[in-house]
Amino acid sequence: MNELKAKPIYLDYQATTPTDPRVVETMLPYFTEKFGNPHSRNHSFGWEAEDAVEVARDQVAKIIGASSKEIIFTSGATESNNLALKGVMKFYGKKKPHLITVVTEHKCVLDSARHLEQEGFKVTYLGVKDNGLIDLEQLKAAITDETAIVSVMAVNNEIGVIQPLKEIGEICRERGVFFHTDCAQAVGKIPLDVDEMKIDLMSISGHKIYGPKGIGALYVRRRPRVRVIAQITGGGQERGMRSGTLPTPLIVGLGKACDIAMNEMAEENARIMELRDYTMKRFRDRLADIYLNGDETQRVAGNLNVSFAYVEGESLLMDIKNIAVSSGSACTSASLEPSYVLRALGVDEELAHTSLRIGIGRYTTREELDQAIDSICVAVERLREMSPLWEMAQEGIDIKSIEWAEH
Amino acid sequence: MAYSEKLIDHYENPRNVGSMDKNETSVGTGLVGAPACGDVMKLQIKVTADGIIEDAKFKTFGCGSAIASSSLITEWVKGKSLDEAGSIKNSQIAEELALPPVKIHCSILAEDAIKAAIADYKTKNGQVEVEAAE
Repeated sequence: MNELKAKPIYLDYQATTPTDPRVVETMLPYFTEKFGNPHSRNHSFGWEAEDAVEVARDQVAKIIGASSKEIIFTSGATESNNLALKGVMKFYGKKKPHLITVVTEHKCVLDSARHLEQEGFKVTYLGVKDNGLIDLEQLKAAITDETAIVSVMAVNNEIGVIQPLKEIGEICRERGVFFHTDCAQAVGKIPLDVDEMKIDLMSISGHKIYGPKGIGALYVRRRPRVRVIAQITGGGQERGMRSGTLPTPLIVGLGKACDIAMNEMAEENARIMELRDYTMKRFRDRLADIYLNGDETQRVAGNLNVSFAYVEGESLLMDIKNIAVSSGSACTSASLEPSYVLRALGVDEELAHTSLRIGIGRYTTREELDQAIDSICVAVERLREMSPLWEMAQEGIDIKSIEWAEH
Repeated sequence: MAYSEKLIDHYENPRNVGSMDKNETSVGTGLVGAPACGDVMKLQIKVTADGIIEDAKFKTFGCGSAIASSSLITEWVKGKSLDEAGSIKNSQIAEELALPPVKIHCSILAEDAIKAAIADYKTKNGQVEVEAAE
């Protein structure tokens, strides 16, 4: 404690990332001297902005193995997910009113699916195995002649597990069903190729990959062509799929962020993975009864989601307040429900309350992690001394054998 | 979430953390809450022959508000008679710690815990059992 004066340590890279200074530098001229509207066709200001947008479109396309003509700029992955699901269902839904997704998807996918259900479409929510991955046989069994689209996220935002995209793509292509994947947490973190993985639509976020907030993209396959009904209408920009003046500086930033990620991903992942494994090892060496949530190996480099049994997550966060991490505890959410992702994995509710998500990223240093590990361990030890559940566990009492009065 | 200074003080420097021998006849133990709900409180009181709480200890699994609520109530019940301690209302705890609305249940849990501890003491000592609050 008394850490308020200490420099805060940011370990929440799945929530957002700082914009890379190289990205900011590339963006700056497009706020001031190169401020033209990229849709102005009859003067040089417009041409200059349009050129910059097209360079960025190409950079975004490259990192996922797509053609620049297949990239639609949006305000972020939430909008992309909305457009992908609602856009496809509204175009194809008369003949194919069925959508398949997964219970551990991001809220914006699940909420889009709920809205579609309310409009009369049918939705199947696939469960996950205890490692957080979907069962491909279950997916196969869920697809019917009425299925228009399957939406499975590439990398889970809470537990970092990587779904088997290539296998999912195969299954979907074979059955003539579109495959959409939310890649907000995956672009720049794992290699992606829309052709090899047979992906038809992909959502991309700027601020998760050291780009600016407020920008994202949707990849929409051209061959075979995927049609979507626009959710935002107006001037018909982005081939009619998304109207609105393109925010040139943000787009330039997203492009640059993709460019950097593409060039540095391999090296960066190796470094981050080493830091992650080091962190987990230090936790395991010092503390008993801790559990890694989500698959140990099918997992993105920068994510650790750990349950520190017998210590409630919010109280842990309060203790380590100079360290920015997030928790799956109910008390940190507005709904007072523990993480639905952890519960979907079959993590006991009491363990879901004790989880921390530690996100390691581009600017994380070993010194910062050492400090964070020490603070977290000290806090866990202090709170366990205060925990009646820890005391019972030490006395050999199985807390599951007690009849608790749920409240 | 912005918490009051009093709450943070109780969280950072909790009073009366610990355990007493629950088999002793002078000790009453209350264990309330549920791990699945994210909070469990164990509150113990040591009662003198003339019915005064001479000591109180707690252990809590829960958020900062739950820890602070239990710490505060152990301070309040010391030196009180069982009846006085049993009449402490959760609203008094909530007010003292300025609990935000979503944390009111922490103060309810603390009230339940002291009532359960008193009930346990009375049962053990052959006194009329009072209904512990649910």
